[in-house]
Amino acid sequence: MSTQGTPKTLYDKIWDAHVVHQDADGTCLIYIDRHLVHEVTSPQAFEGLRMTGRRVRAPEKTVAVPDHNVPTDARRAERIDDEMSRIQVETLRQNAREFGVELYDVDDVRQGIVHIVGPEQGWTLPGLTIVCGDSHTATHGAFGALAHGIGTSEVEHVLATQTLIQKKSKNMLVRVEGELPPGVTAKDITLTIIGRTGTAGGTGHVIEYAGSAIRGLSMEGRMTVCNMAIEGGARAGLIAPDEKTFAYVMGRPHAPKGAAWEAAMAYWQTLKSDEGAQYDKVVEIDAAEIAPVVTWGTSPEDVLPITGTVPRPEDFEGAKREAAARALDYMGLTPGQRLADVEIDTVFIGSCTNGRIEDLREVARIMEGRRVKEGLRAMIVPGSGLVRLQAEQEGIADKLRAAGFDWRMAGCSMCLGMNPDQLAPGERCASTSNRNFEGRQGYKGRTHLMSPAMAAAAAITGRLTDVRELV
Amino acid sequence: MPPFTTLTGVAAPMPLVNIDTDMIIPKQFLKTIQRSGLGKNLFDEMRYDRQGNEIADFVLNQPAYRQAEILVAGDNFGCGSSREHAPWALLDFGIRCVISTSFADIFHGNCFKNGILPITLPQAQVDVLMDEARKGANARITVDLAAQTVSTSDGTVFTFDIDPFRKHCLLNGLDDIGLTLEKAAAIDAFEARARLAQPWA
Repeated sequence: MSTQGTPKTLYDKIWDAHVVHQDADGTCLIYIDRHLVHEVTSPQAFEGLRMTGRRVRAPEKTVAVPDHNVPTDARRAERIDDEMSRIQVETLRQNAREFGVELYDVDDVRQGIVHIVGPEQGWTLPGLTIVCGDSHTATHGAFGALAHGIGTSEVEHVLATQTLIQKKSKNMLVRVEGELPPGVTAKDITLTIIGRTGTAGGTGHVIEYAGSAIRGLSMEGRMTVCNMAIEGGARAGLIAPDEKTFAYVMGRPHAPKGAAWEAAMAYWQTLKSDEGAQYDKVVEIDAAEIAPVVTWGTSPEDVLPITGTVPRPEDFEGAKREAAARALDYMGLTPGQRLADVEIDTVFIGSCTNGRIEDLREVARIMEGRRVKEGLRAMIVPGSGLVRLQAEQEGIADKLRAAGFDWRMAGCSMCLGMNPDQLAPGERCASTSNRNFEGRQGYKGRTHLMSPAMAAAAAITGRLTDVRELV
Repeated sequence: MPPFTTLTGVAAPMPLVNIDTDMIIPKQFLKTIQRSGLGKNLFDEMRYDRQGNEIADFVLNQPAYRQAEILVAGDNFGCGSSREHAPWALLDFGIRCVISTSFADIFHGNCFKNGILPITLPQAQVDVLMDEARKGANARITVDLAAQTVSTSDGTVFTFDIDPFRKHCLLNGLDDIGLTLEKAAAIDAFEARARLAQPWA
C-alpha cells in the first residue's frame, strides 16, 4: 500500500492511518490512540465532562500521572504543603477514579514525568497517535509515534471523543549526517538545530529527524531530540522506528505480546518515509560541526558553543535586536564576556528532556573522582520512580550523593518551578531542562540550557564549562 | 463559547518577539482547577513588582490601554507551554483578538476554543497597526470576522486569511465536542476496523 502512488513521508503514513473523517475543506477528524493526562491541564477538562454528562470514551487508552507540581522530597506521599498543588493532585486522583482511568499516584514507583512514564510502561508505541495537555508530548515521536501537545479544551475533546479536529501540518526534514565529536550529545544536536532554525522555524510543520547521527543515538537520546521539537516551533518531531526502537519497546508492561507483537512488528517495519518522499522544508546539519552548546538568553534559540562569547544586541537585526538587549539585561550578562567565565549558583539535572537513566549515567561518568563545587546547590531529579530505582540499583545514586548532589524524588521539578524547587531572583542555573524563558525556573531566575554532561562540568567548576576539558 | 463577530476596541502595542505563554500567565497561576479569574494575573511578572504594585510603564498599566481588547504583538506570539490558561487569562482580562506576524501552533489552536481571534498579517501591515496602537485610546481598531478585515480609525483596511471551519465555529460560538459527537458513527466504525487490523493500538 505504501509503495504505490506518491511516495509518502512517515508523517503522511501515520496521519493517513488515523483519519476518521475528512471534510471538503481538508479539516479532519483524527483518531487518538493514547491520551496521557496530568494534574495541571486536566481539571477543567474533566469538569467539562461532568457538566455535560459525558464519559471518557476510551479509559483503556488513557493514563494519568501527577508530575508538574508534586514536591520532590521524600515525605510528599504523606503530605503536599502547598494547598493549591495538593488540591490539583487530589482532583486528578478523584477524576481518575470517577472516570475509570489508570493512575500512577505519588506513592507508586511508576510515577514520574508523563513523557518518561509513557515510554517506560509501553504506552508509547510506533505508529500511534499520542496526545497530552503538555507541549513536550513531542518526546514520544522518538518511537515513530505522532505525538503532540494540546490545550485543555482539546484534552476534554479527546476524553469525550477519542479524536481531535485537525488540519494536516507540513512536512519538514532535519537531517543530521556524520559522526558526533567527543563530548557532543543529543542535547547539543537539538539545541543546535533550534539555534539554526529559530523558535518559529518549525511552526506549522511536523519535523522528521533523520541521518546517521540521529540513527546512531540511543532511544534516550532520540527522546531528547524529539522533546525539543516544540522549542523549534513544531508541534511534533518524528524518528523512524528501527531495531533499537523495537528492542526498547519489547517486554514493556503495555507493549503487545506474542502474536500481537509479531503483527505489530510487521506493521512497524513499514513506518519509514518512502524513497523520494517530498518535504516542504529541509535542513541539513553536519554532525561534525556540532559543539557542546549552552544558551545565553531567554529564548531556546539563543544558542552558542561554550567556546563563544556573549553576543551584542547589534549582532541581531530587527525586533530580535530589542529582544537580545532585554535578554542580556535579564540574564545579567555583558556583551563580549566569555561564556566559560559565567559563574552559576545552581545545577538542575532532570526534566522530560534529560531525566532518563542514560542522562544520570552520563553525569555519574563526568563526576567520577570529582565533587560538586563547595557552595553550589546541585539537584538531581530522576524522571520517574523507576529511573530513580534503576540508578540506585546501578550504584549511580550513591556516587552522585557522595559527590555532593541532592538526590530527589521524581517529577518535573525545577524545569518549570511549579513545586517548591525554584530559583531565587538573580540566581543562575546550569539546567538540563528545555526552556530558558524569563521566570521559568523562578521569578527573575536565570537559566542556561545544556546537556547533562555540560551541567555536570558546571557543577564541578561552578561556572559554565566545556566538558571536553574534563574528559 | 462566546461567538466572535465584530470588535471595535483599543489595541495595546507589544512589539516584543517570542512572547511565550510563561510570560502571558506564569506557572504559579496554573494551580487553579477553574478557567475563570486569571485576568488579574495576565502578564503578571511584567505587570507587577514583587510587592504586587503595578509597574507603571508596562503597556496594560497605562491609562490608555487598561481597557484594551486587542493586542498587536511581535512575531511568534504564544510560543512555549501548551497551557490554555494563556488564552483564558487574555479573555478574562478582556482581550478578544491578537494580531501578529505569526503564532505558535498550540496557542493559535487554543485561542479558537475560547472565542479569541488570532490574526496573522504580513510584517508591513503589523507595523502599521503597531503604530496605530501606539496612538492610544483615540485610535480604535475594528475587526470584522465575517468580512475578514482589520480597519484603523483613519480608514486603512487590511484583509486576513482564516481557516473556513474555524471561522464558522467562531462566528457561531460552536462547541467542537458537540460537532464531533455528530460523527460518532464514523468513530465507531474506525474503532471497529482498528480492533481487527491493529489490536495492539
